Amino acid sequence: MNYSHTFDGGTATVYIGGELDSHTARDTLAYIDDVIDLCMPRTLCLDLSGLSFSDSSGLAVVLGSYRRMRELDGGVRLRGVQPQPMKVFRAARIERLIPVEQGGETA
Amino acid sequence: MKEYDTMKLEIESKSVNEGFARAAVGAFLARLDPELEELNDIKTAVSEAVTNCIVHAYPDRIGSIHISVRVDAAGFARIAVRDRGIGITDVEQARTALFTTGGAERSGMGFTVMESFMDTVKVRSSPGTGTTVIMTRQLKRRRDARS
Repeated sequence: MNYSHTFDGGTATVYIGGELDSHTARDTLAYIDDVIDLCMPRTLCLDLSGLSFSDSSGLAVVLGSYRRMRELDGGVRLRGVQPQPMKVFRAARIERLIPVEQGGETA
Repeated sequence: MKEYDTMKLEIESKSVNEGFARAAVGAFLARLDPELEELNDIKTAVSEAVTNCIVHAYPDRIGSIHISVRVDAAGFARIAVRDRGIGITDVEQARTALFTTGGAERSGMGFTVMESFMDTVKVRSSPGTGTTVIMTRQLKRRRDARS
């Protein structure tokens, strides 16, 4: 897995690259938690443009990040979600909870 | 292809094997020339089934996971994922969306994803004996002539 983050204007953007499954989910959520602790952002943007695969373990990462940001009265948005992870997220109707940016716009 | 081709794979219930399991099944199915979305759907369903074995069937030990795949010339794929783990007491409850015994790290969407991405999903399980998940998917035929 590849992780990086930036923080600007209250938004922490976490880049997650690789494949998210039960093997990689725990470390990924720990990285996101660390970024939230470090930056205390108002908005957490998960940049998933480099995420080539996700199963429901990745869904748990996104929902866990959402719960964590809700505790801080903040929000989460998703950016650059590839078709395969998006299909998994749609199975949970994640777009009802979390805005998904598509091509620079919010769906 | 003869009447049908089969593949059997046995892996240990270590999470590091998940990526290998779905990639192996995907590579085997490549002979059917599936569309990328079909292949991704099946790989996702395999990942969910294997995750269940690792997280739920063998919560406290490393056990064996058996994956068998059968495909026929008409593009019908049947995938069985079997463990000898603790089994599921209430299969209907386990298949309910958002139900999980795995805590906050799990989404409870594993079976829902399998059911969404495959044509059929059957679960046979006995407490103390293990669980078998059998999934099928009819692939689209993009070429007429197959060898």
